[in-house]
Amino acid sequence: MSVTRQLSIEINGQRHNLHLDHRTTLLDALREHADLPGTKKGCDQGQCGACTLHVDGERVLSCLTLAVQVEGRQVTTIEGLQANGVMHAVQSAFIEHDAFQCGYCTPGQIMSAVACIREGHAGSDDDIREYMSGNICRCGAYPHIVAAVRDAASRLKKEMSL
Amino acid sequence: MRPFGYVRAEDAERAIAESAKPETRFLAGGTTLLDLMKMNVERPAHLIDITRISGLDTIEVGTNTIRIGALAKMSKVANHADIIEVAPALSESLWRAASAQLRNMASIGGNLMQRTRCTYFRDPGTYPNCNKRIPGSGCAALEGVNRNHAVLGVSDACIAIYPGDFAISLVAFDANVIVKGPVERSVPIDDFFVLPGQTPHIENTLSPGEMIIGVEIPRSMALKRSHYLKVRDRASYEFAAASAAVGIELEADGKTIRDVRIALGGVATKPWRARTVEDALKGTVLQEAAVRTAAAAAVEGAKSSGHNSFKIELAPRVVARALMTVGDIR
Repeated sequence: MSVTRQLSIEINGQRHNLHLDHRTTLLDALREHADLPGTKKGCDQGQCGACTLHVDGERVLSCLTLAVQVEGRQVTTIEGLQANGVMHAVQSAFIEHDAFQCGYCTPGQIMSAVACIREGHAGSDDDIREYMSGNICRCGAYPHIVAAVRDAASRLKKEMSL
Repeated sequence: MRPFGYVRAEDAERAIAESAKPETRFLAGGTTLLDLMKMNVERPAHLIDITRISGLDTIEVGTNTIRIGALAKMSKVANHADIIEVAPALSESLWRAASAQLRNMASIGGNLMQRTRCTYFRDPGTYPNCNKRIPGSGCAALEGVNRNHAVLGVSDACIAIYPGDFAISLVAFDANVIVKGPVERSVPIDDFFVLPGQTPHIENTLSPGEMIIGVEIPRSMALKRSHYLKVRDRASYEFAAASAAVGIELEADGKTIRDVRIALGGVATKPWRARTVEDALKGTVLQEAAVRTAAAAAVEGAKSSGHNSFKIELAPRVVARALMTVGDIR
């Protein structure tokens, strides 16, 4: 029985060929094997949201995803959010609204927020709180996070309608 | 974590054939399985990834029946416009569960198979004794911190709660679980889950070599006028302290109850249908006092283990409030 596998994974538009133990989570594959430490390991149990990234455009938890499961899928991490050196609107909004203290949960918060806005779940503060509830911030920066998501959502909406 | 072999199944037949190997688990969203593998609660030797099997993620809202494929994601079902329209409790019991990320991962079949959040079950390193993990080894929760343990359907071997929300709605509305093995069979959801008794390691009637391929929910007027109320320790992203899936259908007079469905979550060892309360309410006029009196029977036979007495008081109130919400009683 083989317990390892040669994998080809597409991360932020780039192919990565990795030889991994089946047990390797997508989170560990990124941080330990693909030189992409932007995605953070918080609880490693699917409870905190720090490891949030996108698979085929949808937000998921990389700590509860095996690397082998994303073969043939498109993975987007916080490192892949900027376009041509310009930050994503959500990234800018987090800086402008001071939406973090220690910053450890921030990559997960931002990846979650990008998806939350795209899903149409950022229409009100209550909506944002409900649909961002899977991202825990131990510093308690929630009021600023909600403000940043709300601001980014309205900016992105304006850009779309231009 | 124990090393394991990994295969990706192309179709259900091959997945089922592969699953005949000992110590084999199907892998879908992985949100329960991988979590428990990290904790050494689940120690499979082989995983069969079933997520690439095509045709098992469909959602069909027919004239008489709603059919949801086992691989449909919780988020897709929760946001499905027809489900929201004809079965609001199904949608609510999904979007009020877990987080947006987990709902994008977790499948409907896996949701039914999720295992208890009992802290003693989940932590074999600290608590070697657990009748659910090792039959006959004892139960640490009985004498432990059991605020989040069951008051209904308990035994002296296990008081672990069935943690899910969606199955509570399914039980209220008489869903069937479609299971594929050597033959395909349809199991009433109330018979799919079993009480712990002296065998808490057996949680359902799925046999080795069988796979859930979908669920079917009969459409009804009560389902259309339904609601899932989830009361918990924090506003979102939390398991239920007590929850209720309810639905009502009134007679043409607009006040007499023709049909009513009630199931409870967060209080029992399996999704808990409250038929006594339903029977007491059928044919009566919908009003607050009657609803509150009838709801008291929802916890008939309940047993506290020390810290969870509040659930016995809370559950009938949750049932009553949910019924008043669908009945437009303010």
